[in-house]
Amino acid sequence: MARPREILSRNPGAAVGVALLAAILLLAVFADLLYPGDPWRMAARPNLPPFSPGYLFGTDMLGRDLAAGIAHGARVTLLIASAVTGLAVAFGVAVGAVAGYFGGRVDDVAMRFTEFFQTIPSFLLTVVIVAIVAPSLTSIILAIAVVSWPQIARVVRAEVLSLAGQDFVRAARVGGLSTPRIIWGHVLPNVLSPVIVAASLMTATVILIESGISFLGLGNRDFVSWGYLLGTGRTAFRVNWWLSTIPGVAIFLTVLSLNLVGDGLNDWLNPRSSGRGKRA
Amino acid sequence: MTALVEIENLSIALPDDADRHLAVEHVSLRVDRGEVLCLVGESGSGKSVLAAAIAGLLPPKQLRVTAGNIRFDGVDVTRFSEASFRRLRGKRIGFIFQEPMSALNPVLTVGRQIEEALAAHADDDRTGRSARVLELVRATRLPDPENIVHRYPHQLSGGQRQRVMIAMAIANEPDLLIADEPTTALDVTTQAEILRLILDIRQRLGLAVLFITHDFGVVADIADRVAVMKEGCIIETGAASAVLEQPRDSYTRRLIEAVPVLRADVAGKSAAGDPLLSVEGLVKTYRERRAPWRRATSQARALDGAGLTIGRGETVALVGESGSGKTTLGQCIVGLADWDAGNIRFDGREVGGTARERALRPRIQMVFQDPFASLNPRHRVRRILTEAAIVNGLPRKDAEKRMLGLLSRVGLDAAAAERFPHAFSGGQRQRIGLARALMLQPDLLVADEPVSALDVSIQAQILDLLAEIRRDLGLSMLFITHDLRVASAVADRIVVMQNGRIAEDGTPDQVLSRPRSAYARALLAAVPGLGWESRRQRVGRAAAEYPAISTRQLVPPSS
Repeated sequence: MARPREILSRNPGAAVGVALLAAILLLAVFADLLYPGDPWRMAARPNLPPFSPGYLFGTDMLGRDLAAGIAHGARVTLLIASAVTGLAVAFGVAVGAVAGYFGGRVDDVAMRFTEFFQTIPSFLLTVVIVAIVAPSLTSIILAIAVVSWPQIARVVRAEVLSLAGQDFVRAARVGGLSTPRIIWGHVLPNVLSPVIVAASLMTATVILIESGISFLGLGNRDFVSWGYLLGTGRTAFRVNWWLSTIPGVAIFLTVLSLNLVGDGLNDWLNPRSSGRGKRA
Repeated sequence: MTALVEIENLSIALPDDADRHLAVEHVSLRVDRGEVLCLVGESGSGKSVLAAAIAGLLPPKQLRVTAGNIRFDGVDVTRFSEASFRRLRGKRIGFIFQEPMSALNPVLTVGRQIEEALAAHADDDRTGRSARVLELVRATRLPDPENIVHRYPHQLSGGQRQRVMIAMAIANEPDLLIADEPTTALDVTTQAEILRLILDIRQRLGLAVLFITHDFGVVADIADRVAVMKEGCIIETGAASAVLEQPRDSYTRRLIEAVPVLRADVAGKSAAGDPLLSVEGLVKTYRERRAPWRRATSQARALDGAGLTIGRGETVALVGESGSGKTTLGQCIVGLADWDAGNIRFDGREVGGTARERALRPRIQMVFQDPFASLNPRHRVRRILTEAAIVNGLPRKDAEKRMLGLLSRVGLDAAAAERFPHAFSGGQRQRIGLARALMLQPDLLVADEPVSALDVSIQAQILDLLAEIRRDLGLSMLFITHDLRVASAVADRIVVMQNGRIAEDGTPDQVLSRPRSAYARALLAAVPGLGWESRRQRVGRAAAEYPAISTRQLVPPSS
């Protein structure tokens, strides 16, 4: 495996992605220090343009500091994104591993179940779930996770299917190891790299879905999120274009950085592209 | 007249991060018109790279010629452009690859593909071309020519696909045919047919053949001249008989000595008392998965009433071609596959269903074929070796102690325990795989083609190691192989399988010199290099203590 440093110098896009993502993470972590207090608080005169003294991104129609909103929104957005990814990966890996390892009827049932979720337009399903259940942080996370896990399950199933026939898995069976132990200790570690890559790309999609929900006003009103900022700014677009543009740019940059990082991870973890594959 | 191909002082550089600097180092070689030149060497010796360079098939970014030149029919082609090479390839140089399945396009019929090879160079019209396609299909002795041209590669057998490749390669009557291990992926009987076909075509078209192989038996059968390569250099060239029988270079000598001798000396142990393992009438059918409303389609019978016994301390070689069911039988015995009918008794107890799951597995262990796929790439050797023993109830400390003992027994040092599998070569990995199988102190070892993925010199080392361990530990072994030479080198008894049934079962002496079944006879006759074998044994007889068998005995008149 090539060292991370080599990958970053070979793939400058990944370096940019890592830097961007780090900046966004720092912003989220230090949101309270940078912009103490409630981001909903009316802080200054309404409709200040960007780069006004003390208000980097200006203020909205109610005089709320947009920069504070972006910083606190980063928190909510990243919290949702990581929680959803965690849930979706856990469930997707479980379903995919069982389907791929046991094959046959188990595989059939598990994959039809997966396809059921894949065939429904994911965004609509999320909106419907959030609209039916009260919009809270938990319900949003669960709703997005419900539509996100199938792609992980598919990736894992395909990998496990090919690994289960490998000789080292057979050797473990001949050695008398129990099935859960074989799946956990021998199969899953070898599935790790494609799952990490898929998860990093999925995080980007999750952010987009969450922004979409908040944009439609279905999000939780107790927390600022980028989608919500974008949605409320939209009504004043002709007067205050920055109110919807800046959160949009924040979403764009985050998704972009995640995609770049995912690409770099793929480069790093994929044996074929880093030259540690088996000899011909 | 000049030689067809003249290579002078050729060097080809590898990419910077490779383990050596040059793939091919100061090589000079010539191929005369109409001769068969065999290029022999172990994996990584640079033989394929050299052949690719002649046809201008080097991957341009990774490998480049740094010195010397190649002349084809008097013309220097070393710095030919891709376009000039394109006129040469197909028209004057034909190329056959090792794996015919991946060398053919799966979505085009074989007729189309042969026609394309023609269309690229000849300017006949369509009808002229299709007549020529049929002619070529007949020349390569493919069955049912009119229909087979409309088939797709996956509908053909491996041997038929290789015939199609040959038809494409000779479509434009080239002067040189380069064949890169064309029979390595094929069964021995198919291999014998393809070799005969290549020789026959050579005679009819008068073309030169550059034949790349690692198998000295094949060399003995077809070569006029031989060039031996080692680490990018040619270390010996000469007439085939001279190189095979009086090799001058010590490396060549070692390589040839490493080829197991097909011998029938072992009288075979009398199966004393009750056997350790007995298999009776085993049947296994692979059912095609189908929707419940569709009628049952043809079922493939992998095992069709196979039975064999293995005595205590006995080594039985299970020989057969691909699809004969030998691997399936091995998997049933170790408990990796279930069977439909028949029974297996191990140490006097009938095994079956789930009862065997835990109780018996430690006593039957397995060594796998592919040393790269059989070790988990994410685990250190320590875990690979000790995990199963610990799971089976051995305290960690004892498992570690046993591991260290076995590592030294298979010829690896203790530091190996801390490393990952990718740090080892194929032969070393196979040693680790053997140590893993021995960790549970089995009574029976099932070895599925344990040496067929290895180079011949490594193969000899592993076979020696297996023999030594068997002797010291008194193990019984089922040794599955497709290679009669290897079988005769390890076995007390040889069992020949065909179509899921046992075709022949006897001592090596019986099976190799007085085979009763037609199939065993055919299999024996197809072993490459039989003529060389008998000469080699005659030469070695003075020194060796084993009685050799003559060719006449090996190839009965009926075949």
